Amino acid sequence: MAARSGKISKDLAFEKASAFFASVVLFLAALLFAVLLRESLPALRKFGASFIVSGTWNPVLERFGALPFIYGTLVSSCLALLIAVPLSVGAAIFINEFAPPWLKAPVSLLAELLAAIPSVIYGLWGIFVLVPILRDVFMKPVTRYLGWIPLFKGPVYGPSMLAAGVLLAIMIIPFILSVTREVLATVPQRQKEAVLSLGGTRWEMLRIVIGQHCLPGIFGATVLGLGRALGETMAVTMVIGNRPEIFSSVFQQGYSMAAVIANEFAEADGLQLSSLILIGLLLMLVTLAVNLGAKGMLSKMVARAARGI
Amino acid sequence: MRNFFRILTGIAAAAVLSLAATTGAAADPLMINGAGATFPYPLYSKWFYEYSNANPGVRFNYQSIGSGGGIKQITAGTVDFGASDAPMKEKEMAKLPGPILHLPMAMGAVVVVYNLDKVESGLKLTPDLLAGIFLGKITRWNDPRIAERNKTVALPNADIVVAHRSDGSGTTDIFTNYLAAVNTEWRAKVGQGKAVNWPLGIGGKGNEGVSGVVKQTPGAIGYVELAYARQNKMSVAALRNKEGHFVEPTLEATSAAAAAAAKTMPDDYRVSIVDAPGKDSYPIAGLTWLLVYKDQRDEAKGKALVQFLKWAIHDGQKMEAALDYAPLPKSVVEKMDKTLRRINYKGKSLY
Repeated sequence: MAARSGKISKDLAFEKASAFFASVVLFLAALLFAVLLRESLPALRKFGASFIVSGTWNPVLERFGALPFIYGTLVSSCLALLIAVPLSVGAAIFINEFAPPWLKAPVSLLAELLAAIPSVIYGLWGIFVLVPILRDVFMKPVTRYLGWIPLFKGPVYGPSMLAAGVLLAIMIIPFILSVTREVLATVPQRQKEAVLSLGGTRWEMLRIVIGQHCLPGIFGATVLGLGRALGETMAVTMVIGNRPEIFSSVFQQGYSMAAVIANEFAEADGLQLSSLILIGLLLMLVTLAVNLGAKGMLSKMVARAARGI
Repeated sequence: MRNFFRILTGIAAAAVLSLAATTGAAADPLMINGAGATFPYPLYSKWFYEYSNANPGVRFNYQSIGSGGGIKQITAGTVDFGASDAPMKEKEMAKLPGPILHLPMAMGAVVVVYNLDKVESGLKLTPDLLAGIFLGKITRWNDPRIAERNKTVALPNADIVVAHRSDGSGTTDIFTNYLAAVNTEWRAKVGQGKAVNWPLGIGGKGNEGVSGVVKQTPGAIGYVELAYARQNKMSVAALRNKEGHFVEPTLEATSAAAAAAAKTMPDDYRVSIVDAPGKDSYPIAGLTWLLVYKDQRDEAKGKALVQFLKWAIHDGQKMEAALDYAPLPKSVVEKMDKTLRRINYKGKSLY
């Protein structure tokens, strides 16, 4: 009897301890939010809602608005997804379904190696290799012939929203690629064989399998990549041009929320510091909104996929 | 349950013990902590290394977190000395718990660098040309206003691409301080600061970011620290100084600016030496300071710190040129010797 109650109390202690550790996570998140809110109060009081619609960032006159940074973060991340998603999904299909066995291992190893490179290295590579190539091989010819489209208007200098988008794309490809590969691998072999045995081509097999089975997973992989792109700091700030202004052209410079915090935080004080922290708070809210939205969509897609099967 | 608590107390006891052990070990050599400017960091770390080798009882821990961070930390009293590339503002000094001394340690210059095909160092720029370029009023390299000053140079028919620092920095502070001093339009439209609202251009993070943009972009112009431009062999502009001479940035020209400014050096050394008089003076130069409380609270630490400072303004100055810093002029060193005597512990000088 005594031994038994000892066991129960141990169980109870374990339960309480694990509950405690779980609550630490909640506590930390709440603390983070509270500190960001408290430190950003002076800026919030001074600028109010105009902070997110104003495009002025003048540390000398202490007038601050975050619109160019919000715009830059969203646009550079979307550009990155536009490039990275088709590339990684295509690569994942090739590696899983078509690549000869001797090619599979090295290609996937190299792709995963990309994820291990520190972002400051990506940034330096961006300045010295990617930006000059993009500028001379892509941006200059495009702006010469299509410069009348606002999206491709010159002048072309190199560091730009597009450079940030391309660099971000390269950085998030390994994440989207490896998750997509895992998702593709979960498709039961029998299902694939069933499609093929009914006379389907490989293309039809993939279309059916991916459409039925893998879309939620690929969407999840995309959100993972987006999350990383939104918060990326060092690499972006090195190639985006750091200009707090909204241009219609992706060949012009921009600025991102994480980049301005990294750039100005160390030497800021007073209202400027408070404004930077407010940008941090906004970045947290943007990330939270993106993640919640994605979660909602994901559960809908999962439900639909389940019905389909 | 009781076991669980026993484990918890065990962990707590172990943590306390290990904490005691580390503090016990660290107390052996005297540790002096500092934080602040990144610009003089290579010089300071060389000094700390050489000084600790000669005086094994003293060790230094310096964190180059930026001038603003250094001012914050010395204000909060979490470090024994701060370091800054810009003198503290009155507003900041009002928050201090006691009187502080600004001790100049070295000088640096901010250099205008550019990337023009077939144009070497020495392009001549006047204050108005420089301000005009950074205000976006002069946009082509073959603008007649630039050509007029550079008749022997084949200026390309190309856009001027302006590059500036995107991070808050003492370098930007000195550069904008200069432009505000020599150009009324700059003073009214942009002003001076560690970060400003640039009228145009590409922002690069750090000296490496700006020089990266300049090196990779034909037609670019930017500003970096003298040491950085020298080590990376960049093309640098000759600027017209207050007396009308075009001066290329060198250590000698920087020291000349400080020597000229030394004649009117105030007792608290909080002075800007941009646009200094003297025909050899390079116009965009600045001091970098250590921030030390006049009334030290710990006798042993205060004594060690003052002895180090004494060494730094005498023996330490000889190491500056090799690291591309301009040493303090003699007259400033003599004045500093008197200032260091004022650092005291309960009224007793620690010199």
